[in-house]
Amino acid sequence: MMEPAMESALDKGIHIEGLSKRYGAGDTAVDALKDVNMSVAPGEVIGLVGPSGSGKTTLLKCLGAVIEPTRGRMTLGGEVIYEQGWKIPDLRALRRDRIGFVFQAPYLIPFLDVTDNVALLPMLAGRSNSESRARALELLQTLDVAHRARAQTSELSGGEQQRVSIARALANRPPVILADEPTAPLDSERALAVMRILNQMARQYQTAIIVVTHDEKIIPTFKRIYHIRDGRTVEEAGEGREIS
Amino acid sequence: MISLAGRDILHSWGKFVLTGMGLGLLIGVTLTMAGVYRGMVDDAKVLLTNSGADLWVVQKDTQGPYAESSSIKDDVYRQILGLVGVVRAANVTYLTMQVRHGDKDERTMVVGFEPGQPGEPGYLVAGRRLVRSHYEAIADVKTGFRLGERIRIRRHDYEVVGLTSRMVSSGGDPMVFIPLKDAQEAQFLKDNDAIIGDRARTAANPALNRPGVPGLLDAINASQSSNRNVNAVLVMVAVGTAPDAVAREIRRWKHLEAYTRAQMEDILIAKLIATAARQIGMFLAILVIVSAAIVAFIIYTMTLGKIREIAVLKLIGTHNRTISAMILQQAVGLGLIGFAVGKIAATLWAPAFPKFVLLEPADAISGFVIVMVVCALASTLAIHAALKVDPAEAIGG
Repeated sequence: MMEPAMESALDKGIHIEGLSKRYGAGDTAVDALKDVNMSVAPGEVIGLVGPSGSGKTTLLKCLGAVIEPTRGRMTLGGEVIYEQGWKIPDLRALRRDRIGFVFQAPYLIPFLDVTDNVALLPMLAGRSNSESRARALELLQTLDVAHRARAQTSELSGGEQQRVSIARALANRPPVILADEPTAPLDSERALAVMRILNQMARQYQTAIIVVTHDEKIIPTFKRIYHIRDGRTVEEAGEGREIS
Repeated sequence: MISLAGRDILHSWGKFVLTGMGLGLLIGVTLTMAGVYRGMVDDAKVLLTNSGADLWVVQKDTQGPYAESSSIKDDVYRQILGLVGVVRAANVTYLTMQVRHGDKDERTMVVGFEPGQPGEPGYLVAGRRLVRSHYEAIADVKTGFRLGERIRIRRHDYEVVGLTSRMVSSGGDPMVFIPLKDAQEAQFLKDNDAIIGDRARTAANPALNRPGVPGLLDAINASQSSNRNVNAVLVMVAVGTAPDAVAREIRRWKHLEAYTRAQMEDILIAKLIATAARQIGMFLAILVIVSAAIVAFIIYTMTLGKIREIAVLKLIGTHNRTISAMILQQAVGLGLIGFAVGKIAATLWAPAFPKFVLLEPADAISGFVIVMVVCALASTLAIHAALKVDPAEAIGG
């Protein structure tokens, strides 16, 4: 059981209750998520672990406001965003301003340089080019890739590309980042480096980070883990191993 | 906000420019086709202008001398000179024929005219006008003849003494101007063997070779070996005289057909080159459709190659209108490159065409607008595909 202070903090992160998602109808209906409960506090990095087909991606898409749950309740930063339907009229703006995404492959925009890949989000949110680029450079500095600021994405190593994609996810200072298998293509050393960065960013920017993974290398680094199987989640304490 | 389209173009400019150049060559062909039609119309107008005539008098019930054959007697011009308002009238002949030049033949239109009268070339670009009554010629520069060269028309050699330009027939054949008498001979006289044969046949005909009428056979032979026909009489009217009024008089009293400048222009442009114009129009329509298909295919393919990026852009909150604008701008950019390449290519290769190609600025402006509209329309397919991309495609496998 969590302490009251922790519960209060969770309210400001992302919090879901009884979230379900059903695909199809009638005899062919498939319940991808069944009464899922989950809470992630600002500054916390949790793992979402499960085998293929367990519902990880469906949950991530619901959390990312990409698909609509069938029922349940979802709050973000204390604001209800889903309850019997979306409570936010502009889901595009919600994704842009309040949710960061990190993908298995970095999926950087190949025709933009490193800075503009990061600055694009603040620009889309209406900030000026100069302000957006300044923010991008600050993040690149923090993530130790500022020296590649003017480089094309194709000139970066895999690790550098992933750091740039993390910077992009943080560009609008979202309260939550959804990371979909961010370490899958990386070796142990680089995978742990990415997890160190995610933990550092979570603390520095008070961002709740949900990492979907089945990467055995990084599972010991989580303090809390949600196991998902057949659309249901079970929470358990992780090892919370320090990353050197 | 940065220009996503501009960045994408800069990122893959080589592919973009090469594609634009390919499209540009197609646009260049389209502009050239329009230029060929304009050239035909302009050639027809220049032909009429350079003849210096206000009226073309031809055989009754014909549309000669350019659209169909016309034959009238060469003394008709004297009757026309007697009409009120006519200041000059002169005979002309036109005959499309092969002119021997060195060891090869050149297809030309040989024009017979009377020096100093309507029908002679309006200006020379080199050499002099005809001063001798026979065996001198003025040629259009497109014949490739040079001053002082000798050319052979039928059985006589002519010296090229002058060069003119923009004097071509409605079929695009360059003109060669020779004295009227020579042209009449070239056009209507038979070769020696044919004349000998005709004389033998006439002599063998008892109705024409009567023993009691000694001068008859010679008179008939003389009439068979001389020519008194021309194709048209070109007429200049006095200042202040309406050509229409003179044409009416000629039609009414002389049993001939007379066309004003406007009517002759109508015959040349609306009738003579109408089929060619429709042909070119069909080509233009097909080229526009092919260009649109190519732009649509290229933009669609380029968009399909960016589906993952578009999904990511949509996931991170990019508006559909931003993505649509990116694709539209790329299509328009392709059109801009294509048009620039096409215009330059058409300007460069137009002089090499055997027929005059007239690239009108107005056609270029129309072409530019059409290219832009076609590119914009062609991009709709790609925009439709991009808007259908689900942002969820960026998440998961």
